[in-house]
Amino acid sequence: MENTVRMELRHVSKSFPGVKALDDVSFQLKKGSVHVLCGENGAGKSTLMKVLYGLYHPDEGEIIIDGEKVQIHSPMDARKHKISMVFQELSFVPDMTLEENLFLGRWHKKNPVKMDWKRIRKETEELLAREGLDYKPDTLLRDMSVSNIQMLEILKAVSFNAEILIMDEPTSSISNQEVEFLIKKINELRDRGMSIIYISHKMDEIFRIADEITVLRDGKTIRTLAKDETNMEEIIELMVGRKLENQYPKQEIPIGEELLRVEHLTRNKLFEDVSFHVRAGEIVGFAGLVGAGRTEVMSALFGMERYDSGEIFLDGKPIQVKNIRRAIDQGITMVTEDRRKFGIVPVRSVLENASLATLKKFFYKFRSHRKMEHDQVSEVFAKVRVKTPSLETPIMNLSGGNQQKVILAKWMLCDSGRVIIMDEPTRGIDVGAKKEIYELMNVLAESGKGIVMVSSELPELIGMCDRIYVMKEGKISGCLTERELFTQREIMSYAVS
Amino acid sequence: MEKKNSFNLSKIISKYSLVIILVVMIVVCSFANENFLQFKNLMNVAKQQSVNILLALGAMLLISAGGLDLAAGSNLALASVVALYAYKAVPSVFLTFLVAIAVAVVCNLISGFMVTKFRTPPFIATLAMQLMARGVALYITQGQNQSGLGENLQVIGQGSTLGIPNSIYIMVVIVLAVIYLTKETKLGRSVFAVGGNEEAANASGINVNAVKMKVYAINGLLTGIAATIWLSRVNSAMPNGGVSYEFDAMIATIVGGTSFSGGVGSAVGTVIGAFIVGFLNNIMNLMGIDSYLQQVVRGVIIGGAVIWDIYFKNRKSSR
Repeated sequence: MENTVRMELRHVSKSFPGVKALDDVSFQLKKGSVHVLCGENGAGKSTLMKVLYGLYHPDEGEIIIDGEKVQIHSPMDARKHKISMVFQELSFVPDMTLEENLFLGRWHKKNPVKMDWKRIRKETEELLAREGLDYKPDTLLRDMSVSNIQMLEILKAVSFNAEILIMDEPTSSISNQEVEFLIKKINELRDRGMSIIYISHKMDEIFRIADEITVLRDGKTIRTLAKDETNMEEIIELMVGRKLENQYPKQEIPIGEELLRVEHLTRNKLFEDVSFHVRAGEIVGFAGLVGAGRTEVMSALFGMERYDSGEIFLDGKPIQVKNIRRAIDQGITMVTEDRRKFGIVPVRSVLENASLATLKKFFYKFRSHRKMEHDQVSEVFAKVRVKTPSLETPIMNLSGGNQQKVILAKWMLCDSGRVIIMDEPTRGIDVGAKKEIYELMNVLAESGKGIVMVSSELPELIGMCDRIYVMKEGKISGCLTERELFTQREIMSYAVS
Repeated sequence: MEKKNSFNLSKIISKYSLVIILVVMIVVCSFANENFLQFKNLMNVAKQQSVNILLALGAMLLISAGGLDLAAGSNLALASVVALYAYKAVPSVFLTFLVAIAVAVVCNLISGFMVTKFRTPPFIATLAMQLMARGVALYITQGQNQSGLGENLQVIGQGSTLGIPNSIYIMVVIVLAVIYLTKETKLGRSVFAVGGNEEAANASGINVNAVKMKVYAINGLLTGIAATIWLSRVNSAMPNGGVSYEFDAMIATIVGGTSFSGGVGSAVGTVIGAFIVGFLNNIMNLMGIDSYLQQVVRGVIIGGAVIWDIYFKNRKSSR
């Protein structure tokens, strides 16, 4: 590996009204290396990347590329300096084909009005061949899987002849096998001399691909370390600014009476004969591969989707969950998987988001009871430790971890709540906030609620659950009951055939 | 320190941008024409805007809830026609209001039903309703304007009490009622949640379809009241009238800060928006600007106001 510095940031600062997002950030990116940026949500990683890509303009500081000071005012400028970016959110047009998307906005033309489709096709095929991808240029994007589209993002970035590639959490929505392929790809690009800035929350992944790691915290560069000189614990410690004693703070909580019992729940083609129970104070895990039917079962319990047959008992009494309102009123609540889609109303305040499920409590006798609403929400926020500038702040301005805490607060405000279903509760949130979510699960369990945790991260299931059900192809294929005997190997043996 | 001050100033400007626009406009207009600030002129503008404000409040609620109503103008015409027939049978003002409201509510429930039950995009559903309502209004009148209002009905839109036009009293009561609805009721809170993210509102146990139906019904109520005032003010029921009133209503509420992507809107903003547009029309008339040119100016200023508003909103939450 060469050691020449490709790009350098010197004392970059950027403020937004009320917050200093970047505070004197400096680091060097070497040629032909992967530089990982770590930090909790809100540490300034994304802001930094947007500065590099010309979406934000820094208040102070310099960007130096190949020893020369440069100004990056727009993504166009960034491309001129051979910087390209792969965004966390996929930025393609679903109703266009692969090749159309790849050349979107820079179509080859024969003359000012006529497109040169032949040339587009030829170059697309060349690109695909060069990167060893066997996609068809005329596939509609909506027919491609998320991970393939992710790969296409990279392809597109590379096709600009980029030499500096910025990747913002590229693995947040793809499966493990696909991560392997991506890592292989990144290594190839590095060996070709490309400099890569990689943002990720996943520690194991970081240690597999990084050459250097820079930790950001509260908008400041804390330290840059070579991978070989550090370890996971140190990085996490630098990220959160304190020692995380135990990532899974499982507490022994006396287990009480049975709360929820599901018998033979079936929905044609989605899940079949699903039976399980949850007791007070218990955290019950649901493991399985993507598509095993876990989310579908939970959605049925929550009244969000229907089920064909089977019975649901709460406190031993059969209940009907015809719709979500009924489910909530009877005591079943659910933190849904897709936070942005089902969890939050982005433009509304954190206060309104928190009281969304319990409006009846705060609006009665023909008026609102704002003080009561304010007090109760503040009280729960203090308990779940939501960090927000004010209760009036739109929830979209909060970090993912804090949004998730607001959603938990929403369900904690429900006096009727007995069972809380959490579908991938820590997806896309940072290490520190993850631990806080686990601690909250303890608090909830201690107050006598039953918790169902659906997760694809086996370590957190093993770390936090009292029992783990494993689902495969819509059926429960196994149940692990001895905490001491939980292993990833055993869970996986039930999850795959 | 300096930084902090300028930050606060921009915050204040962005929060009260509408009020500032309105005040600046009033000041400029009063210098431009001496008649502008006269009580009679101001009341005249308010009177002209009363129908528009009622429709705009409905549009505000609908757009905030993620819908819209392209049929408002047609529904207004149909409601006034049917209400006048009813009035001619039984000359009671109360009955006239009731019939107009009933007609407009039914039309809106049809729109709402298409939107909620069949998932028709609101644009298409209400466009269909627009054609149906206009068609019925034209058919039953055979395209003829209907007259025959008695004095008791005329007084609603033409009379005054204590020097202030009666329609303004009605408008003020309705504005207060809509402010109450948005701030003090469960429905009000739900409207913005549904418009802000329908799926999330649903997953929090809010009955999204019920909220939408209620908002369409309320829009019908407002349209019905507006129809009666309009009928009384123009002294006839016009099956061909009210064309593009729905757009005037949407313009007022969008200028007033309602977000077309849903989830954000306010009754007070809508009223201010309506007055900004109203004063604009008024001053151009007072200054004798060519009526064709007026349209151009209106377009430019409405576009500018919205761009200004968006610019400040983006500055506020650019992160």
